[in-house]
Amino acid sequence: MTYNKTILYIVACTILFLYGTFAFSQEPETSPPSNVTAVDTPNDDGSSITVTWDTAEDSGIVGYKILRNTDAGEFEEIGEQLDADVSEYKDKEIIKGKEHAYIVRAITETEASVDSLQTGAVRATGQWFHSGKIQLFIAMIIFCGSILGSIYLSRNNQEVFVRRIPGLEAVDEAIGRATEMGRSILYVLGLGGVSGPATIASMTILGQVARRTADYETTLRVPCNDPIVLNVVREMVKASYLDEGRPDAYSEEDIFFLTDSQFAYAAGVDGMMLREKPAAIFLQGTFYAESLILAETGNSIGAIQIAGTDSEHQLPFLITACDYTLIGEELYAASAYLSKEPMQLGSLRGQDWGKVLIFLTIVFGVFLELIGVNWITTFLQRVS
Amino acid sequence: MELFGIWIAAFLTLCIYSFLYKDNPFYRFAEYLFVGMTVGYGIVLSYHQGFIPFAWEPFMDVFTGESLFGLIKLIPIGIGLLFFSGLSSRHTWLIRFPSAILIGVGCGLAIPNVLRANIFEQTRGTIEPFAAINAGTLSGMEIFSAILMVIGVICTLTYFFFSVEHRGPVKWVSKIGIAFLMIGFGSAFGNTVMGRVALLIQRVDFLINDWLGSFVALF
Repeated sequence: MTYNKTILYIVACTILFLYGTFAFSQEPETSPPSNVTAVDTPNDDGSSITVTWDTAEDSGIVGYKILRNTDAGEFEEIGEQLDADVSEYKDKEIIKGKEHAYIVRAITETEASVDSLQTGAVRATGQWFHSGKIQLFIAMIIFCGSILGSIYLSRNNQEVFVRRIPGLEAVDEAIGRATEMGRSILYVLGLGGVSGPATIASMTILGQVARRTADYETTLRVPCNDPIVLNVVREMVKASYLDEGRPDAYSEEDIFFLTDSQFAYAAGVDGMMLREKPAAIFLQGTFYAESLILAETGNSIGAIQIAGTDSEHQLPFLITACDYTLIGEELYAASAYLSKEPMQLGSLRGQDWGKVLIFLTIVFGVFLELIGVNWITTFLQRVS
Repeated sequence: MELFGIWIAAFLTLCIYSFLYKDNPFYRFAEYLFVGMTVGYGIVLSYHQGFIPFAWEPFMDVFTGESLFGLIKLIPIGIGLLFFSGLSSRHTWLIRFPSAILIGVGCGLAIPNVLRANIFEQTRGTIEPFAAINAGTLSGMEIFSAILMVIGVICTLTYFFFSVEHRGPVKWVSKIGIAFLMIGFGSAFGNTVMGRVALLIQRVDFLINDWLGSFVALF
């Protein structure tokens, strides 16, 4: 009896030992990624789908891979392996108009993998309105409203005062000097594209300068860096000559394309300065590293130089090497200052109202932050 | 071949530097070569990176039946072709349409970004440190910087008021603003000059080590 019991005891222990060895030799079971969802990315142009899932802690997962199918086809891996702490993937390589479903594959330390359930099929669509930018839209309405209101008042004969801007008062002096010396005027628009605010401002100043050169019969040379800017500039200058009743004085050859390469353009304009020796040089627009090269060469030939840019890194060089410099927003104000048109003057005053708004926002914002109220900062965070 | 390239580069570098003396045929040669080469390169680049992928290929996809999406490209292609109307003096006015569209679209895209980056973010950045002052997490120097920043922004902003006459207190506040601007410009000037000197050193290093070094290799 005792013998049988001992045998039974040994067999039971052996079974327990074998079971334990087997059980501990197995990997802990990794659960598949849960709550996997795929949704059309909100507020985009319909070019992406966002996949999200819950990350599991202490599960031995070292990363995730995303599998995608198109129109119920085969699932294929897309993109690189994602880190274990990532819980979102934006698929930007979808096919527009097709339905996509996703599986999130968890990868373990031993390169084993566990797949999630398949998500529902999703088709990406574009949105007309970006709901996250409503605050920015409201702020824009306020700013634009102040400008439009000022333009309206200005058009209704309300006089607008504009303070003296020395750089712009020198425009007539520069053109007069070039006329007296019988030399040309060189107008450089910089390297900005046609939609750049500084280039647009520069083109409107050029329109005013062209009116005066048409009157004085002074040669106006404009080397352009962008073929589209060239076409717009030609139209503007031609219109100015027509307005002054001097279409015969307009010469299309004086407004020409040089090159779109930054330093080749600088080399070409420098060469023109040295050979033609213009009496007045206007450097108005967007400038980069070539600003000092141009301004120094202009200075070396003794030309009167009037510069203006909103490129804050180039302003120091222009201030150093030019006779007059329009700093930042002075460039945008220049057109209104020179033309004295009610619409532009109204716009200028509207911009000043915008600045008053910024001024008040800063003063109240600082005060409120000091007493622990931060709704202005929160609003600014939402719009920026 | 590499040696040949070094000599060409050194020759053109010296041609451009000869401008420091005065305008001369060597500088003119380098200038015309540079301008001509970049224009040619720009045309090839526009053809391969602009015309072929964005106009020609979608358009051809329509003919091959691969995708009808290319048909929509006819609209921008048509607008772009209006730029060629400048070749005919009678139809030059047509250029105004693509120009107006480009300027309008460009401004529409730029204005919200300019407002966001240049106004709202800057205003927030000016105010935000005062939350930390309230929380008591800033050092004395950081508090001083935050206050100085607000004074600088307000004074500089005052300088850019155009519809107000700068006399009395406004004049003095705007003068302080100009002082802030000039300090900023001085700092940027010094910083950029250091960058330019680094570029000069790089070029002189090329002339001394690569070019003059090639003499040693030859003899």
